[in-house]
Amino acid sequence: MQASTSTLPDAGTGRQILLSHFDDLDQQHLSSNLGMWFFLVSEVMFFSGLIGAYAVYRALSPVAFERASGHMDLWVGFFNTLVLLTSSLTMALAVRCSQIGDNRGIVRYLIATAVLGTVFLGVKGFEWKQEIDHHLLPGPHFVVPAEDAEALRAVSVGTDGQFDPVKYARNLGHFQMMFVLYFFMTGVHAFHMIVGVAAVLIFAVLAQIRWFSGYGTTQIEVLGLYWHFVDVVWVFLYPLLYLIG
Amino acid sequence: MQHHHQSSQLHQSAEAHEQSHHVIAVKTYLMIYLALMLLLALTVGAYFLDMGSHQINLAVAMTIAVVKAVLIVLFFMHVYYSAPLTWITAVGSLLWVGLLLAFLLADYFSRGWLDILGK
Repeated sequence: MQASTSTLPDAGTGRQILLSHFDDLDQQHLSSNLGMWFFLVSEVMFFSGLIGAYAVYRALSPVAFERASGHMDLWVGFFNTLVLLTSSLTMALAVRCSQIGDNRGIVRYLIATAVLGTVFLGVKGFEWKQEIDHHLLPGPHFVVPAEDAEALRAVSVGTDGQFDPVKYARNLGHFQMMFVLYFFMTGVHAFHMIVGVAAVLIFAVLAQIRWFSGYGTTQIEVLGLYWHFVDVVWVFLYPLLYLIG
Repeated sequence: MQHHHQSSQLHQSAEAHEQSHHVIAVKTYLMIYLALMLLLALTVGAYFLDMGSHQINLAVAMTIAVVKAVLIVLFFMHVYYSAPLTWITAVGSLLWVGLLLAFLLADYFSRGWLDILGK
């Protein structure tokens, strides 16, 4: 129907450009939406693999996981969860503004979302710094704190009720494994956040210069789907990593 | 109103149009946000509550997380108002996760059941 370039007169107006390979605007919208959903399904599988590994190791050494989780500050995690849920609200409101054609609202809420996302990342970086300073980053410098080693020694008993050195070694290993999973899960989550913040900022600029046709309803909604998904991942990571035991 | 003008022009079905352009009230978003905040407080509260066993604590924490996720998916991600195909895709992800976790855990936790040599 129309060519797909933003230099057409329709760009920057309320009228959305229909790309030539779609029948109508609703089909175009549904296709974009569905494309993002397919990607998100693959993302669900990606994070589920990690959660599966977490489930197996935690079931093998529950006490090691509880002791390791004790080193994470649940109130810092609480604050970050609150920040992320709030960013989802501002993202949802940005999508709503694009639906009702409030361009200033889009820019305002997208910037609010990016700021909240950046706050989350800053707090997360501060947490990582603390843990690395306490030798809790897996690798050659990892040290199991003495009181945790003591607690794990106490639960490493064989079926005969005697101390079992093999079990003890496994518990120490799984204590470190909890931190491997912690750094990997929060790391890939933070990577998704960085990508999200960058995309949100780019979209804020594009909305500001009125680059989108139809106020970018489809594009901003699809970006919103990604942002909310990253939020959903954190909703599961928070209790699994911070709230054990 | 511009959208309605377009839809009549392009002969789109009213249903398809509603699915791609449903505008949720700000009040609804705020209610969902409030519910998410309450559930967050509930998760932390449940952590401090001794419920007898860690399994029960885990089950409660995961139940709250699932409720939060469902609220986000249905309202913030608009799935509640979306086309059936979006529903199938979203729910389909649960099917894959279910298969992944069920077979993974079934493998790991049944290994010790039989005393098979060289296992």
